[in-house]
Order: sequence, then C-alpha cells, then structure tokens
Amino acid sequence: MIYSEKVMDHFQNPRNVGVIPDADGIGEVGNPVCGDMMTFYIKVKNDRLADVKFQTFGCGAAIAVSSMVSEMAMDKTLQEAMAITNDKVAEMLGGLPKNKLHCSNLGADALHKAIEDYEAKHKPGAKEAAAAGPAKGAEVHAEDEACCCPYCEGPLEGMEAVCSCHHCDIELEECPECGKYTNKADETCVNCGARLAKS
Amino acid sequence: MPWGAKMRRIYLDHIAATPLLPESREAMLPFLGERFGNAQSLHADGQMAQEALTEARTKVAELVHASESEIYFTSSGSESNNFAIKGLALANRSRGNHLVLSAVEHLSVLNSAKSLEKFGLTSALVPVDKTGLVDPKDVEKAITKETILVSVMMANSEIGTIEPVAEIAKICQARNVLFHTDAVAAVGIIPVDVKALGVDSLSLAGDQFYGPKGSAALFLKKGLRILPFIDGGVQEGGRRGGTENIAGIVGLGKAAEIAATRMAERAEKAKALRDVLIRRLPEKVDHVILTGHRESRLPHQASFCVEFIEGEAMLLNLDMKGIAASSGSACTSKALKASHVLLAMGLDHATAQGSLVFSFVEDNTAEDVGYLVEVFPPIIERLRKMSPLYTKYLEEKGK
Repeated sequence: MIYSEKVMDHFQNPRNVGVIPDADGIGEVGNPVCGDMMTFYIKVKNDRLADVKFQTFGCGAAIAVSSMVSEMAMDKTLQEAMAITNDKVAEMLGGLPKNKLHCSNLGADALHKAIEDYEAKHKPGAKEAAAAGPAKGAEVHAEDEACCCPYCEGPLEGMEAVCSCHHCDIELEECPECGKYTNKADETCVNCGARLAKS
Repeated sequence: MPWGAKMRRIYLDHIAATPLLPESREAMLPFLGERFGNAQSLHADGQMAQEALTEARTKVAELVHASESEIYFTSSGSESNNFAIKGLALANRSRGNHLVLSAVEHLSVLNSAKSLEKFGLTSALVPVDKTGLVDPKDVEKAITKETILVSVMMANSEIGTIEPVAEIAKICQARNVLFHTDAVAAVGIIPVDVKALGVDSLSLAGDQFYGPKGSAALFLKKGLRILPFIDGGVQEGGRRGGTENIAGIVGLGKAAEIAATRMAERAEKAKALRDVLIRRLPEKVDHVILTGHRESRLPHQASFCVEFIEGEAMLLNLDMKGIAASSGSACTSKALKASHVLLAMGLDHATAQGSLVFSFVEDNTAEDVGYLVEVFPPIIERLRKMSPLYTKYLEEKGK
C-alpha cells in the first residue's frame, strides 16, 4: 500500500465533509491540472473555529489531508489554526508519499485562505469586499495554477505571470484564454489551443 | 465486509499485466533449472539453449506472420520501441532528420523521439480525433522531404482504440518513409500480420498475452538498416548483444503459440464482457463517458472518464472492494501528470482526472462484471458528495 494506515483511515472515513451554506469564510486551492482541488468552509465564533467543513476533488492523499486539517483546526483559535502547516499535517498522517507532498498537501493553505477570507470580510471598511462574496477564493487561487509544469511533472520556478520549468528548460506564460501555463515560445496554448499573442 | 477481510479478488487490469500461462511456466522451468546453458556455447548444454531459442523465435514469428530471422528478442515493449525509433532514425540519418509520431504514442516512443532531438532530429505530432483515431491524411500531411520514420501505434491500451495502421503504412511506402508500429497492446489479442499491414518494424511484449514479464520482441523487416541497440556480441544478429534470457524467451514463445490458437475464442469471450460493461456502467451512473472508439476497439478493454471525481480515489475504493483496475489520472501517475492520451483527445484536465480503465483477462466472468456494476455506483456517489466540482455542477444545474 502506498499510503499509511492513518491516511487510509482518513480517506475511508473522512471527517467533516460538506458545505457550510452561510460560511463566514471560504478558501479554495488547487486546480484540475495537478489533480487536486480543495474548498474549505469555516464558521467563526469568538475568534474560534466553531465549524470547519471541506470538499475535495482529488486522490487519496488529498482527501486524507483535507480531513486531517479539518480535525486539527476544529475549535482552535484563528491564530492557532493559522499556525497549522502542510508539513505538520503530513506528519500527523504518518507521512505521505514523496510525490504527493507537493500537489496533494494543500489542506493547510486552503484553511488559511478561508481564515483570510473571513478576516477580509470582518476588518473595518471591508464590507464592500464582503459583498463580493466567496468568489474571492477563486480569484486568489490563480497563483496556485503554477503547481506543476504542463509538459513534465516538475515544479515551477517563480509564481508570476511568467515562470520557468528547469526540467524542460522552457519559459512558461499564462494563456490569456484559459489562464493555464503554456510554453512562451509556442504559437498556441498547449492546454486550450488558443493562439498566443507575440510581442 | 471489513477492510482486510478475505474477499473475492477480481482482476480487471490486463493492460498492466496478465497472469502467466501455466503452459508458459512449465516450458520455462527447465531453463531455470538444469538447462542453464548459454545459447552461444558450442557444447551440448549450449546447443540445448540454442534450440529452445530458435523454436521460440519461430513461434513468435508465426504469431505475427513474419519470418524467423526478422524477430529480435528484447526485454520489454519499451525497449523494442526504443530500439526501433532510435535505431532506425540514426541508421537512416543521411536520408533526413524528421520523424512523424501520433500524439497518443506510448511514452517509450515519444521520449525516444525527444532523446533524438539531441542528435539534431525533430519530430511532428499528428493529432487524434475525440475517439483517439489518427487520420491517415494527417500523417501524409505531416510527412516532409526530411521525414525518415513514421510511428503510429496499432492499438492504445488506455483508450482501446485500434489505429488504421495498414492505411498509414501504405502512405509511408508511397512516400518512401520507414514505418514503425508499437503493437504491444495488440499482438496476441487481435490478429496481427506484418506483411498484410505493410509495416517495417513492430513491437510486441509477452506480458500482454500471458507470457512472462521481461520478455518482448521487435519485428524488423529483412534488409533494413538499424543501429545496434546493445553493442556487444553476436546475439540477436549483433544488433542486441547480451546473453539471452532463455527462460523468458521460451515463456514468450509458448505464450505466442497458444495465443495463435486461442485468440479468437479469448477475444469473443472478452468482447461480450466488455460490451456489457460499456452498456451498463453509464446506465448505472450518470456523467460517465466512454473513452476511445466504440467499434475500432480492443476486444478486452473498456475505458471511461467519470466526471467530477478523480481516478486514484476510485481505484483505491475499487481495490478495497477487491477490484483491480487502472487510471490515466495525474494522481495515479508517479509524475502527477494527466494522461497525454486523454488530453490529446481533447478532454479537459478535470475530466481526464476521472479516467478509469478496465481490461479483461482470460478467466473473467459475467459475474465479475455484475459485481463491478453493483459496487461501482455507491463508490461514485460517496466521492461525488465530497467533490467541490460536483457541488458546483449541481448549483449551476439548479439555477
């Protein structure tokens, strides 16, 4: 088995799966290119996480990570929850396969985004932002698109509109059409086939 | 049933590995025991191995209607593809510097071509339609004056689609370009005749038709120039040096002999199971898409994309129910990259992540398919409940 018993337990019996319809904060990370997407919903009472729920599209590791994060965060103060790291989650799960550490171990990031979403809405003068609703999470996760090179499995250097893959030795840019990374030198996007404007 | 308790195992992953035929195993055993001689030795012990080698070569040649001298034994389908692509391209370097490959070739073909870039060769990828079929006209268009080699696989194990190889071979002949086909997923499963197809080289592997792992072959048409793959001694006509894996080769030969006689019967049986699965799975669960071509399809293969969920999570759940299957999802690959085959067919990343491949072996039964169809819907329902993509879909549908 590629996963620890703990991972398989959380994968089989994930804790706190679901949606909170009137959530105080929502955080999304990941994208289908890498295979994993997580959405975290939180309810906050007296600066504590009164409820945490999640939904995850992804592999066994991604589901187990989400479940573990929800369990670790429940009833914690916001500050304590912000101190949960991806590494700590992996450790609590009895370790994760090496190739899953990068793409699947995003649960703490999603939780932190949900807390940031809550804080943005509840800071004085942030009422306008709150009116925009939970769409915020979707906008924020653009930077996570960079989680792997579309040509090889490798991680990307740089998190900007232009970044590079050392393994393929190419520069990548975001396709204006689909927003995914593609080879800067190409005429068309590898993901959606859109023609890339050349300056 | 509690996890770990004894349960029925249903193996639906032919494309990953087939069980070894008892006849192959029996044939191999003496060569793992008292018949240890080296086929290149002059003495009686060596000659015994040499005879076994010749006999196996004849059987493999007969399976694909080649002559015995056109069969080169290798260690895997991947090696055969490397041998053909690199060996043919480099031996014909003076004639040009360009290769044409289909976008759905096995990685051993695509990455061989990538390696050749270091030697100044370039390659063009021919697209496929949404069923994974290559249009021979596209191959013709992609051939340039510099093209020396075309490679289009005979069948793709991941989507089951059988490619129009004979037509493509004809085009290559007319344009005086070499044509290789990776037939690893096809040989031993469907009839393959190298002469009728008109191919110059063809890869096959024993572990795809109940032979042992580590035993494969390359067919290379008589008279063609190829760079030796392993420089060494006189083995395999000096083109693939190294002491022969006699036991493996004997097992491959036996599997080839039996495939030739049982192929039609095996295919007919598998096809019946395949068709039930292709019909019933999308009936039981919505948003299940058949991948690959419906008719031009391997008889033992049924592949799908299940929308809104990811392949590895499905495989783990199926495994817990005793079912072994495959997926082309990013998460199941060590590289965490979605299958290039599914993407080439125009599927988006999210859909490609829901890839599932079932492939039947000889002893699968109608009960196996019945069991799969029964345990499948609750697994999908559970995972979809967890999926943010499914929630989004339901919200949009409700609007």
